[in-house]
Amino acid sequence: MSERSNIRLVVLGVLLISLIGTLVARLSYMQLVAGSEYEAQAANNSTREVLNPAVRGLILDQRGRPLVANRISLVVSVDRLALAREDDDGAASIANLAQALDVSENQIRERMLPCGQEGAAAPPVCWDGSPYQPVPVATDVEPETALAIMERRADFPSVIAQLESVREYPQPFDANMAHILGYVGPVSQEQLDAQGESGDPARLRSRDLIGRNGLEAQYDANLRGIPGITSLAIDTAGRVTGTAGTSDPVAGNYVVTHIDARLQTVVEEELEAAVLRARESGNDGESGAAVVIDTQTGGVLSMASYPTYDPDLWVGGISARDYDILLERRALSSNAIQGTFPPGSTFKPITTVAAAEQGYDLTETYNCPSDYKVSSQTFRNFESEGFGPISFQRALEVSCNTVFYRLADEMWLKAGGNAATLESADPIADAAQRFGLGTATGIDLPGEAPGLVSGRIEKQETWENRRDNWCADAKEGFPETRKSDAELADYYTALAKENCLDGFRWRNGDAINASIGQGDTAVTPLQMAMLYAAIANGGTLYQPHVAKAILTSSGEVVQEVLPEAIGQVADSETLAFLRTALAGVTAEGTGASSFAGFPLDQVPVASKTGSAQVFSDVSTISWYASFAPADNPRYAVVMMVTQGGTGSGTSGPSVRNIYEALFGVDGDRVNPKNSVLIDAAPASLLPVVRPDGTPVVPGIDDEAARLGRDLSVGRADSASRASP
Amino acid sequence: MTARRFIGGRAEDKQSYWRRVDWWLVIPAAFLSVASSVFVWSASRADLAPADDPQYFLVRHLINVTIGVGLAFVVSRFNFRLLRAYTPIVYVVSILGILAVYSPIGLSIAGARAWISVPGGFTLQPSELAKVAIVLGLALVLAEKLDAESEPSDRDVLIALGLAALPIGLVLLQNDTGTALVMSVIVLTMISVSGAKRRWIIGLIGGGILAAVVAVQFGVLRDYQILRLTSFLDPEGESGAAAYNGIQARIAIGNGGLFGRGLFEGPQTQGNFVPVNESDFIFTVIGEEAGFIGAVICIALLAIIMWRGLRIALNADDLFGRLVATGVLAWLMFQTFENLGMAMGIMPITGVPLPFVSYGGTSMFASWIALGLLVNVNVHTQAKL
Repeated sequence: MSERSNIRLVVLGVLLISLIGTLVARLSYMQLVAGSEYEAQAANNSTREVLNPAVRGLILDQRGRPLVANRISLVVSVDRLALAREDDDGAASIANLAQALDVSENQIRERMLPCGQEGAAAPPVCWDGSPYQPVPVATDVEPETALAIMERRADFPSVIAQLESVREYPQPFDANMAHILGYVGPVSQEQLDAQGESGDPARLRSRDLIGRNGLEAQYDANLRGIPGITSLAIDTAGRVTGTAGTSDPVAGNYVVTHIDARLQTVVEEELEAAVLRARESGNDGESGAAVVIDTQTGGVLSMASYPTYDPDLWVGGISARDYDILLERRALSSNAIQGTFPPGSTFKPITTVAAAEQGYDLTETYNCPSDYKVSSQTFRNFESEGFGPISFQRALEVSCNTVFYRLADEMWLKAGGNAATLESADPIADAAQRFGLGTATGIDLPGEAPGLVSGRIEKQETWENRRDNWCADAKEGFPETRKSDAELADYYTALAKENCLDGFRWRNGDAINASIGQGDTAVTPLQMAMLYAAIANGGTLYQPHVAKAILTSSGEVVQEVLPEAIGQVADSETLAFLRTALAGVTAEGTGASSFAGFPLDQVPVASKTGSAQVFSDVSTISWYASFAPADNPRYAVVMMVTQGGTGSGTSGPSVRNIYEALFGVDGDRVNPKNSVLIDAAPASLLPVVRPDGTPVVPGIDDEAARLGRDLSVGRADSASRASP
Repeated sequence: MTARRFIGGRAEDKQSYWRRVDWWLVIPAAFLSVASSVFVWSASRADLAPADDPQYFLVRHLINVTIGVGLAFVVSRFNFRLLRAYTPIVYVVSILGILAVYSPIGLSIAGARAWISVPGGFTLQPSELAKVAIVLGLALVLAEKLDAESEPSDRDVLIALGLAALPIGLVLLQNDTGTALVMSVIVLTMISVSGAKRRWIIGLIGGGILAAVVAVQFGVLRDYQILRLTSFLDPEGESGAAAYNGIQARIAIGNGGLFGRGLFEGPQTQGNFVPVNESDFIFTVIGEEAGFIGAVICIALLAIIMWRGLRIALNADDLFGRLVATGVLAWLMFQTFENLGMAMGIMPITGVPLPFVSYGGTSMFASWIALGLLVNVNVHTQAKL
């Protein structure tokens, strides 16, 4: 090769050395000499995030009907920090605003006061959000009002009126579901602080709304979505120097529920009808609950609580007045999962299982006298009726208490009687626990109550917790009561003394009460529904699920909530006996009056009535627990009304109507086409969501026309609206 | 093993290949490629990567490196003679590749229509691979003369310029000024080292300057292109996005100090202040998080690779091999200096990746194919010794 080529390569080498030298020199200058200058500039660098909020996900019923959606609303908010900087602490601004919105100044102030501050209302009326966030004081403002506010900036320097996305409750078929759906509220400062410094784009921000109850709270992380963020780089002077990054918002996921809105409407109507029936028959009929479970999956097809309220009241924050009304009506908590009640005779299948496990032959004959005596106490049958020697099935059909009393007494004695220890057998309590009582079912809703099993260990625990109070009361002798009624005070004192000394002892009277679901036993209507579902499906106790699946806003399946078995409740032989016996209850037992004329030959219904006594109440709790078809069960339906009267008189007819709706019963004929469920069955497929986010909903109008029934008739406004 | 040594034929060939590979060349490149994945990870995990998979770009980078090394191995094993025979095919395919960006599979990213999409959700940047074609094409034209020992004739140089003008022109049309510059430097350097007459070199440099002046004066270059090229001269001026990018890049590097801020700890990097810091501005991540020590190691490794490239060019026993090595060397030199220079504010900002380091599939493949060419020339030279 030529000399010229070699020389030029050498020149290239020299160039290489000088270029590398230049780079290293420049690097040394930047990092070693001028480093502190750059550090200062880096420290001055900051970004400001401009948020583009994500659309919150929808909640759908099993057919894709939206139960919770979003709508755009004109919201007027007050910036508290800006207000505080005004000359008169914003008094004039608030007066102007009250006038413009046509509300009292007080109403605005009560909404703005942060929770915990002096004079603030209790949560959730007070402002529970971040103190740095403008507080929304009015939602769904008329455009003219909003325009007037925004045009007269001088009068409202700290007021903002803007379009915001708020929750909307389409209430398909007028299904209310307030307790299942829950509501959203502003994220609190504690929740913001709790997540610490997080770089997660899905983290909570002070403007966010989060689910505060029901499905909105349970699936908040799924529903919330991720806001789009434009990150602006800002120098010390506050100038925007550039865009450091942008991201598009990701809409929240959709929650598909097992709930069927049409069935839900029927169940809500029937629950209210049962309450009204109780009142017509002279009872107080205070409250109630109803649950429909898919016995094959544990899916919650419907769940209602009475009284309920209009979920719209929460949109944009609830007012003190509305909140007080809800509190007074005890409409806020769900009786289906948060209320615990004695189950009464609906408990008897559990005692039956316990007896079978203790070796009792369920095919034998048992004596049903009108009462059962144990030492000093006499336990009576309902209305002191005796039936003489009857089969065990008949004992369930007519709900003969004395048969169960004797079984409980004998099992108690066999376990050691008064000499039994905590390790001794407690067959009824064991069976009750196996059936899921005393433990929360694990439903995907917040605030569920566990209830209580009546048993030897539970009594010991109660005694340990309350002994000190009892002993103190025994010592003091109820001085307050004594002033007015010495005899009553003596009675109380004796009771307290006995409890103090002996309150841990599991007596035969306790066992006898427990055998018919009385005593300390307390259950939620949901627990009863899951328990009857387990009897129906051959013994599998499922964890109940409201949610069926999580979808993306474009309809892809994120997660399917699969049936989850918690345990096996009893052997198949006993369960088969129970299914036959409970079908007998409906055919020729205590449930027969409710189901007179019902085509039981085509759809056999298994059921159990209950009329549970509550110490302080005048009337009994009306229970009706059931499943159908008895020979091949698919649904478990449980309804209860407090201060409701008998099970068959109050709840029974409503449960019958729910079955008529489920199976499409028309007079004495069964026509599946009349079922409120499409194809007369729970949906086997997930609903379809179009790529644009709108769910495909079966033609509501067509359905109504096909059934020849105006579904809006019978809507109980008094039940769904809290405000008069 | 002992048995194989005496079988001869392929086994011996294979063994001598591994012995002849210049490990001083390969190991620094491999180290750079693998180590840079950590900085790609750091730059991308918070903003670019999907929220549920912060390691997305780390994994993709390592996959790219693996594919790149595989390509380098194939290229380095290629029969030296066949390489010349295949050169026309490589050239034609490259031109077609560049043209393909105008077809329906073409994609436009960051203002440059320079990508094509290939099956499997991947994208390729054909102009990166066209550099290989230019290196091979020019080496062929400038080295394969009838009278072997003399310098290339004017005719040879003109053919070479014509060959180079086509891809350079096409790349310019795609607004990819950076790649066009790299290609021009490759051409200039290869013509120089081929031994062409001095007037060609002076003429080419002068022509380049003249072309730049004409382009600016008569508006051939668009305003934003000029802005990008000149913003480094007046970094504190109000010149928009490019200046912002440059300022943030320098703050990041300066903020690193001697030891750096530590991985995932650089406020400039983690705050996403420096755009494209997983790719073209990867050096800002190294500078901020690994400090002066890390940055010097990075420069040193690149310098070792280029030193070995120079050595291979000097030792090459035929002009074709020397010119291939020279072309690769010019490519790596200019791209390294331009990339680091723009990150440190001493060169204009053009979208040129740092060889072996920047995130980006095609650039990584091209860097390793270039390395494979160097290995091939070296192995061939050694075999003749």
